[in-house]
Amino acid sequence: MTDSTARLGTEERDGTTVLTLSGHLGAGEAGRLWRQTVRASRAPGPLTFDLGALEYCDMSGAALLVAAETAHGGPVTLTGASPSIAAMLQRARKAGAAPPVVRAARRFADVDILAPLVGGFAFLGELAVAVVTLPVRFRMLRLPDIWRYADQAGVRAIPLVLLLGYLMGLILAFQSAVPMRRFGADLFVANLVAVSLLRELGPLLSAVILAGRTGSAFAAEIGSMKVNQEVDALVAMSLDPMTMLVLPRLIAAMLVMPAMVLTLDIAGLLGMATVMKAFGYPLVTVMHQVQSATSSLDLFGGLFKGMCFGSAVAAIGCKTGLGTGVGPRAVGLAATGAVVGGIVATIFLDGLFALLFYRLGL
Amino acid sequence: MTAAIHVEGVAQRFGTRTIFRDVSFEVPTGEVFAILGGSGCGKSTLLNQLIGLLAPTAGTIEILGNTTTGPAGASGRLAMQRQIGVMFQSGALFGSMTLLENVMLPLEMFTDLPPEGRESVARVKLGLVGLGHAAFLMPAEISGGMAKRAGIARAMALDPPLLFLDEPSAGLDPITSAELDRLILQLRDDLGTTFVLVTHELASILAIVDRCIMLDRNAYPDGGGTIAIGNPRVLRDEGTHKMVRAFFRREIPE
Repeated sequence: MTDSTARLGTEERDGTTVLTLSGHLGAGEAGRLWRQTVRASRAPGPLTFDLGALEYCDMSGAALLVAAETAHGGPVTLTGASPSIAAMLQRARKAGAAPPVVRAARRFADVDILAPLVGGFAFLGELAVAVVTLPVRFRMLRLPDIWRYADQAGVRAIPLVLLLGYLMGLILAFQSAVPMRRFGADLFVANLVAVSLLRELGPLLSAVILAGRTGSAFAAEIGSMKVNQEVDALVAMSLDPMTMLVLPRLIAAMLVMPAMVLTLDIAGLLGMATVMKAFGYPLVTVMHQVQSATSSLDLFGGLFKGMCFGSAVAAIGCKTGLGTGVGPRAVGLAATGAVVGGIVATIFLDGLFALLFYRLGL
Repeated sequence: MTAAIHVEGVAQRFGTRTIFRDVSFEVPTGEVFAILGGSGCGKSTLLNQLIGLLAPTAGTIEILGNTTTGPAGASGRLAMQRQIGVMFQSGALFGSMTLLENVMLPLEMFTDLPPEGRESVARVKLGLVGLGHAAFLMPAEISGGMAKRAGIARAMALDPPLLFLDEPSAGLDPITSAELDRLILQLRDDLGTTFVLVTHELASILAIVDRCIMLDRNAYPDGGGTIAIGNPRVLRDEGTHKMVRAFFRREIPE
């Protein structure tokens, strides 16, 4: 390569604008000269490209010449182009002339409030049909699948549940003990932590753990099955994806959630007991306080709430999974949607339960 | 001979875009039928309509005596799907099961075979596509061509009278591809199985396909449709449409 850079010369000859391109016109040079060339081509009157000194021109260079022609808007005279460069230009003209597919302008986010609502109701309807027709399709509900999901969603989450529960109890007890101590009421920290754990925090925190660990996993699993046409394959075999994919996950989540909530409650109470012990209260006193403050209704109400949260998280995970679009990015979107949807639904449901329990006087 | 598939005036629109319209054809029982065309002409769309994954925007489809379109199409689709086998482009094997379990799944769902019976049947099917040795491998551990063959084994699990194969020999080496062609002919001759293939492999088309439909996305000024139906060897020698000639004789249309 003697002269690796391309140059653009502009001159006026008898009212004709002549653009002289010389040197090596590759993708890099075309990029450098693009704006300049296109601007120069907008000159009124006839236009001539003098390509006599152009040693090399690739497809990007040819695209630049085509763009310049388009910018000029009228016929352009070529002089001095070698046969190969002229042929290249001809090919670029033809390739660039294909009519572009008109696409609706893309917005960054389609905000459509109704669509997910309608989709959610449709999903609930399909789920109801799957449950009602289960006796006929009992074969499609594979029990080993349920155990596998229960293991994945529950058993493997136990260490995390224990850790978070213990820390939560510890923090709650410590944070509330400091102000309560000023009133000499720090013994009642046990009551406070026990009630809030059993009634609220146990189910809520377990649902958040389930949404983060399992709801997203359900969405990603079903989503990649969808992308890989496995869901289509099920339908084409007249197997119902609701019964084969969604129901086992839903049942597994409903089975493991009460156990997770109970584990979290116990771990939290242990955390609280640790703090109380450090403050000098004997464990017997703490236990007595917990017993007097809570009833079995609190515990079972919490476990029931956990079960409802679990089914909501699992259902939303499966629904976003089945709604996965095309391509690998869609799987990630589905997983994100499952976590967000699961947590939002949990908190909504929790509000409903608060209202319900209050009206029922529980 | 009765028709296994009867398609009348089928169309598909997505929004304002017409993929194809007025597609009509019949596939007699025991025929190897192919859907051909350049990429983007709606071959896979037509296949999805046939196997009941996509409802056409117009027209009727009747498969093995079941009408699968229109208001009463849902029950017809279910009845039809019980009687067909489908191999998807990538195999679409269930990732959490071994190849053997993949082939056993339809047997488990739709037959009363005891577990050991299911396993022997599934092993025979895997052996037919040359995967007897890979029965206990997971789909993630095998190559694309093997996944495709396992997909065919699963589609054949219930010995359906009608098999849909989406690009069965794409990405296979010439030897395996030729073996697959022979298997298709064998099943057609011995069991009277009807085949519908979506394929690009010219050699395979000329070797085994009895009749084919060619779609093109510029068949009409406003969208795609049918440009030819007939025997591929005849179309190769006597086809007049420029895209038919382009396809069979590799002429670049001007």
